[in-house]
Amino acid sequence: MTTQTPVLQLEGIVKTFPGVRALDGVSLAILPGEVHALMGENGAGKSTLMKVLGGIHQPDEGRIIVGKEPVAMSGPLDAKAKGIVFIHQELSLAEELSVAENIYLGELPEKRFGLVDWNELYARTNRILEKLKVGFDARTRVGDLSIANQQMVEIARALTVDAKAVIFDEPTASLTDAEKVVLFDVIADLQSHGVGIIYISHRMEEIFRITDRISVLRDGEYRGTLVTAETDEEEVTQLMIGRSLDLSRNAVHHELGEVALEVRNLSCHGLFEDVSFAVRSGEVLGFYGLVGAGRTEIAETLFGLREPSAGTIHLNGEKVRIHSPADAIARGISLVPEDRKAQGLVLGMNCRDNMTLPQVDDLKAGPFVAEGSEIAIFDQYRDKLDIRTPGWKQAVGNLSGGNQQKIVIGKWLAMRPSVLIVDEPTRGIDVGSKSEIHNLIRDLAAHGYAVIVISSEMPEVLHVSDRIVAMYSGRVMQTFTSEEVTEDSLIQAISGLTPGQAHQTDTTQLSEGKDIQ
Amino acid sequence: MTPGKLSTYLKNGAIWGFILLELIFFTVAGQFLSLSENAFMDAGNMLLLFKQSAPIGIIAMGMTIVMVNGNIDLSVGATYALSAVVLLDAMTWPVFGGLGDWVIPVACLLAVLTGTVLGAINGLIVWKTGVDAFIVTLGAMLGYRGLVFMYNGEQPTSHLNWTLVDFAEAQFLGLHTATWVLLLVTAAIWFLMNKTVHGRNAHAIGDNREAAVNAGIRVGPHMMINFMIIGALAALSAVVFYAETGSVNPNDGELYELWVITAVVLGGTKLSGGAGSIISTFGGVLAIQLLRKGLAHIGADTSTVNLVIGLILIAVLLLDRQLNVKGKEALKI
Repeated sequence: MTTQTPVLQLEGIVKTFPGVRALDGVSLAILPGEVHALMGENGAGKSTLMKVLGGIHQPDEGRIIVGKEPVAMSGPLDAKAKGIVFIHQELSLAEELSVAENIYLGELPEKRFGLVDWNELYARTNRILEKLKVGFDARTRVGDLSIANQQMVEIARALTVDAKAVIFDEPTASLTDAEKVVLFDVIADLQSHGVGIIYISHRMEEIFRITDRISVLRDGEYRGTLVTAETDEEEVTQLMIGRSLDLSRNAVHHELGEVALEVRNLSCHGLFEDVSFAVRSGEVLGFYGLVGAGRTEIAETLFGLREPSAGTIHLNGEKVRIHSPADAIARGISLVPEDRKAQGLVLGMNCRDNMTLPQVDDLKAGPFVAEGSEIAIFDQYRDKLDIRTPGWKQAVGNLSGGNQQKIVIGKWLAMRPSVLIVDEPTRGIDVGSKSEIHNLIRDLAAHGYAVIVISSEMPEVLHVSDRIVAMYSGRVMQTFTSEEVTEDSLIQAISGLTPGQAHQTDTTQLSEGKDIQ
Repeated sequence: MTPGKLSTYLKNGAIWGFILLELIFFTVAGQFLSLSENAFMDAGNMLLLFKQSAPIGIIAMGMTIVMVNGNIDLSVGATYALSAVVLLDAMTWPVFGGLGDWVIPVACLLAVLTGTVLGAINGLIVWKTGVDAFIVTLGAMLGYRGLVFMYNGEQPTSHLNWTLVDFAEAQFLGLHTATWVLLLVTAAIWFLMNKTVHGRNAHAIGDNREAAVNAGIRVGPHMMINFMIIGALAALSAVVFYAETGSVNPNDGELYELWVITAVVLGGTKLSGGAGSIISTFGGVLAIQLLRKGLAHIGADTSTVNLVIGLILIAVLLLDRQLNVKGKEALKI
């Protein structure tokens, strides 16, 4: 196999974003007819690498070689024209249009006067669909198809060009077992035609079932390539998480208070099932799992954004029902949401107004906003959290990610909550500010707050948490204390590989696991 | 110091620069083209301009707060007409026969109440059903107009109360009653938007509804209050105008919603919500009225006026877009 010319080669790809070296000299070679797994933790750089490959990002250094020619990709269409095709986990189909129209979107066959040549369109499409052995035809409306069949449409789209390499990004995320078999058959078929395949997934079982080689990324660096037949899950996991985590575990222990929040058998319409946990004041409870495992949905339920379908929530020993964020805030629960720009901040407003948004109604003098008290509150938390801004008049959209996050945290601290939920505390924040936020979270716990931290980054969750809840597909798999947890046990728990429950959970899966970036 | 400051400055000041341009253009062009003896910038002419700006201007203040809140109200023209009918007709109702001239404040109050209730209906539907305000008020526009026609058929509703006419034509410190109402409403809505909790929250909802909900702000009541405000202002606008003319045709106020929105957008308020300024809306109202008056001054007919205003609206929005893009690029560096 090694004597073959790779269909696709990446050489020393470097891509930096302000404050982050997202890719640091990554090289990959995809041989014709192989299925090549690309693995790595969330944030390891897989998505960035694929965006470079698809021409969405331009690499700062390094080369992309298709066949024998170095190429520059200007965008996904350009990549497709060069034979590099992506099957995304997020389907991008026009539901109201037919299968054929979707497959040839943007390149419909034309007759004279710009009329669509429907006969030709349907004939071409049906030829592709026959190859895929699917049970629908070219005229079917895409919106009427199942998710699995919609994915087949995406794959069919890939087959309209002479594909040299096809990239599957978490393709089985929303498929049943039977549908997976069909997908794997299609992949095998592509393989036999000499197409190189990059297969991105977190699911070890699939990786070992269908791939030939496994390449691992960690922290934007290429960590090595293993031959699937000669390795095992243990070795891959080690390569993914590394042994030298420079973030020390949280070692500081302090007195824990009473149970501040307890959740018993909470379920929410298939998003998560039968979730129970408790968090004491002074404690940081970490939630770790893949995106889509139900962690954010639990936070949203506690904050009154979703109604639970079963189970109870107890605050300071008292059973409560929370119907809206206003309810949650009044009871002392605060949420720092995962997407601070879309959910946490009013970007057009200044720092002060954002900081006092939840309590501006309590601060009024007559019908008017008490701007003096607002400025006092802003100053207090700016100093406390070391928020770097020229002044309160600064529009919050102009601040760095770290400072924006501090504004959101300050906003809630000013409300004096008893439970603070922080969803992805450091997403999109540079490395320096990350540790500041981590220290801040530890500090809050030390001051008696009950803190829940949801994170997709293992070092982070290990670093800040006193206990860690591992979730997979909407269920709590295991709860670890910071003494007993290991990277291996954690990654196995969130991949659904916990002893005894391994593999079977895949079939009873409730919602898809997705990569974040 | 702040990146993009120049473009921000340009953007905020653009409407006033535009007004200045209009004044210069019409003054100069007026010298050659106007059939009138008077100069365009004649004091009496300018005072009249303010007065004529009032009906659209008063509603535009309400539209600004509704649009900053992330909604829109297309039913203002119909609300305006229905409130006018109530105003004029109420003064002839036998129940109020013994009130003498006290019927005037009662009728005015009834008219404003009508507008407020119509606005509340819009707001309640938008709040409780979650249907887009555009659709809800489009329906309301047709429905309320239907009510106007049901009231008196195709006939105009007329009633002249000379005390009321005198009041409407009065000038205090040189300004007409209508101008005063416009200035007071502008000041009141400016305070509401910039100094009150309601204004702050309405702004936050329009800019980022999800973040506002996550901050515990109850979105519905704020939206409903704004619809009630614009309803009341549409009615107030009718009171100001029909106090003087004393006769309302069932078609009156048609296309007002579009003139109002044009003025508000010219003033820089975003259709998507979250950004807008009352002072700039005031500028937008003046700019449109100047244009209508100025074009008439140099002898253009109504169709030309509409064509020119349409072109200018698109040109202004294009310019705004360019400035916005520039501002964003400056931020990146």
